[in-house]
Amino acid sequence: MTTKQGLLNWIDERFPLTSTIREHLTEYYAPKNFNFWYYFGSLALLVLVIQIVTGIFLVMHYKPDASLTQSGVPVAFASVEYIMREVPGGWFIRYMHSTGASAFFIVVYLHMFRGLLYGSYRTPRELVWIFGVLIFLALMAEAFMGYLLPWGQMSYWGAQVIINLFSAIPVIGPDLSTVIRGDFVVSDATLNRFFSLHVIAVPLVLLLLVAAHIIALHEVGSNNPDGIEIKKKKDANGRPLDGIPFHPYYTVKDIVGVAGFLIVFFAVLFFAPEGGGYFLEYNNFIPANPMVTPPHIAPVWYFTPFYSILRAVTYPLFGIDAKFWGVVAMGAAVIIIAFLPWLDRAPVKSIRYKGPIYKTALTIFVIAFLILGYLGVLPPTPARTLVSQICAVIYFAFFLLMPWYSKIDPCKPEPERVTWK
Amino acid sequence: MSKEHTLDDNRRQLLIATSVVGGAGVVAAAVPFVASLTPSERAKAAGAPAEADISKLGPGEMMTVEWRGQPVWILRRTEAMLATLEEIEPRLADPNSEKSIQPPYAKNRHRSIKPEYLVVVGICTHLGCSPTAKFAKGEASGISKDWLGGYLCPCHGSQFDLAARVFKGMPAPTNLTVPPHKYLTDTKILIGEDKA
Amino acid sequence: MKNLIVHAKRLLAAALIAPALVFASAEGPQLDKAPLSKDPESLKRGATIFVTTCMACHSASFMRYNKLTEIGFTEDEIKEKLLPPDKKVGDLMTIAMRPQDAKKWFGGVAPPDLTLETRQRNSELGSGADWVYTYLRSFYRDPTRPTGWNNVIFPGAGMPHVFWELQGEQTAKITKNPDGTQSIELVLSKPGTMSPQEYDKMVADLVSFMQWMGEPIAEKRKSIGIWVMIYLAVFFALAYALKKAYWKDVH
Repeated sequence: MTTKQGLLNWIDERFPLTSTIREHLTEYYAPKNFNFWYYFGSLALLVLVIQIVTGIFLVMHYKPDASLTQSGVPVAFASVEYIMREVPGGWFIRYMHSTGASAFFIVVYLHMFRGLLYGSYRTPRELVWIFGVLIFLALMAEAFMGYLLPWGQMSYWGAQVIINLFSAIPVIGPDLSTVIRGDFVVSDATLNRFFSLHVIAVPLVLLLLVAAHIIALHEVGSNNPDGIEIKKKKDANGRPLDGIPFHPYYTVKDIVGVAGFLIVFFAVLFFAPEGGGYFLEYNNFIPANPMVTPPHIAPVWYFTPFYSILRAVTYPLFGIDAKFWGVVAMGAAVIIIAFLPWLDRAPVKSIRYKGPIYKTALTIFVIAFLILGYLGVLPPTPARTLVSQICAVIYFAFFLLMPWYSKIDPCKPEPERVTWK
Repeated sequence: MSKEHTLDDNRRQLLIATSVVGGAGVVAAAVPFVASLTPSERAKAAGAPAEADISKLGPGEMMTVEWRGQPVWILRRTEAMLATLEEIEPRLADPNSEKSIQPPYAKNRHRSIKPEYLVVVGICTHLGCSPTAKFAKGEASGISKDWLGGYLCPCHGSQFDLAARVFKGMPAPTNLTVPPHKYLTDTKILIGEDKA
Repeated sequence: MKNLIVHAKRLLAAALIAPALVFASAEGPQLDKAPLSKDPESLKRGATIFVTTCMACHSASFMRYNKLTEIGFTEDEIKEKLLPPDKKVGDLMTIAMRPQDAKKWFGGVAPPDLTLETRQRNSELGSGADWVYTYLRSFYRDPTRPTGWNNVIFPGAGMPHVFWELQGEQTAKITKNPDGTQSIELVLSKPGTMSPQEYDKMVADLVSFMQWMGEPIAEKRKSIGIWVMIYLAVFFALAYALKKAYWKDVH
């Protein structure tokens, strides 16, 4: 017995190292027909690691302090410029973190779209999906609180508007938003608590949820573009006929995905780190000024579809004003995603075998979502509000009418074994 | 088709090549992260040379100047103080400052450019505490009867003479460090820079 | 069934046409393209104007004087030509005026810090540098303003025309357009000590410097980026070959 084997045995008697590696990598059988859409899960994990590592280094230099320096600039704002100019390599780390925030949402949106394409939320993967929606929620909270930290004009007024949403809740609303801010206005107290939540609390929750998401996935096994269960057809050794070990096949494949992703990621970072004003908003190069709101404020691009839904609600209802119902609509737009497993009544999972109704519905839904996103960047006009109202109705109709249209949709039969396309 | 993957030559070569190139990339990416741990421009600016005006420093008096966030002492020694430097040498660990850090122009008995003025970083070479001045002689110093004046480190008891040279048998391994410095005028010293 | 699809397609078409009506953006004043230069001589001239003129009121508090060595100054040149007597070469480019005093003196608004001016003035109209370039050339006489000056692209600007002796005085010809908007045309009514070409060149130097100051690392960032792209292309090719080598079992 070699020393290496001896050491491994010593560990295995005390910690399930070999069996964990087997269960999750070398003997985790994944369907062999994963396509392009299946890169985004591992990429989301990569971006999470990037954000955590860069975040650790940023915290070494950043100061959550809204008081003013001798030159009249908030300390927090100045500390970000300090990182960008004076800390060796600081600009690279900061741009990685700011580009990573947008990359996170791009990857996660595509990852979620994959679920819509191939019915990855259907039985037995309901919990995988619900953990995923919770990750999305935590990610939105994480991004929102992180955006306050540079303490620029967009940080300040974005937080001001979003926190004020909570005041729309009847009875407890006004007190609730005061409790969130820790002050009567967005202030140093708000900055400090958002810093704490952004660097400690929410990342912990995110990590736990990601672990739950992956454990649940590996319990039930991965879905695939055909939407059929590979566990139904096994060989004499009990291995799925259409499955291949995750390691080495999908590890080498995901490395290709990582390389491709990094090309895009670093192209943005090195050649257009502001992302045309979408990744780093121009107004955020102005220090926060509680006396002056910039002429046009918009949330960062990844929140804009939901922000548009909020703005689309302009009618009071049941004697409660429109502001409240806007908040309800925005919250519902996220929460409703979690109910997909029970809304979809189609006999098949994958869009490959679903009928024309679902294909049309999904296309319209995606277009409406993109329009909502685009409108959220622009200042509202009556015409734009009308369009966003139409799109908001489409957004909800996609989910709420699904039990009906997915049932009558003429589906094709699923194949017995996975196919290559 | 076999499900058992084998490591043929092609795979082995590509695996090595990818690992080496990928590893090099990870190392390169780590460079800015490690660099970010080193002193920033602000820290370097704070380390800029410090000027000291010694016109008001009387004989036997000491002043402290801040340079790079550390205390730098300037001691104006009297003739009597300077006289002790030779007498005390048998009791010192490094009387000729062979192992200690100082610019070449301060590698002498009085460890300074002008014998009268000692310029030294007031940080003990043991574990970094700042020693206390003990200029009184003998019993009055509270150290020993044969004390000729010098410095005592409060942390671990290292003793130094009036040229900041360490005594034998002390925790501190070497004499206190003399920073690079120069005289801008007879009454102005620039600490941190010695080039013309 | 068919009907539903046709209906869906119509909706889709409507959704595609709608943007034309909805997304049309408002016309703003035109910005002139700033002729930015990366020539060290130009940047040094710009830096000199910035430190000697702009820093009478504006700070650049995220910059250090010794950072100017990156555009070709030596430390001795900085000490001789740029550094105020009370400052060290490693100090931040702050000004003595305190913001709270400045607020009192300038009618409620302190002159802003200019380190990031070109980055924060970016908009759909043009780059931040274009804005500053146009702004400094668009002052005109307006006796209704407390400073006696107004600006085409920043109406009601708090800053007077500090370069008026160089540029001369411009007056505005305001014409009302049929659609209710108005256009402003500037005429040089009293020439300054510089010709319009010389003045434009001077402003271009200043704006080039401010562009550099907004992100001093920008040029280095792009040149590192090219090497990173080359590296990733090689890594991608290797990773792809490795994937192929393993996946021959599966396909």
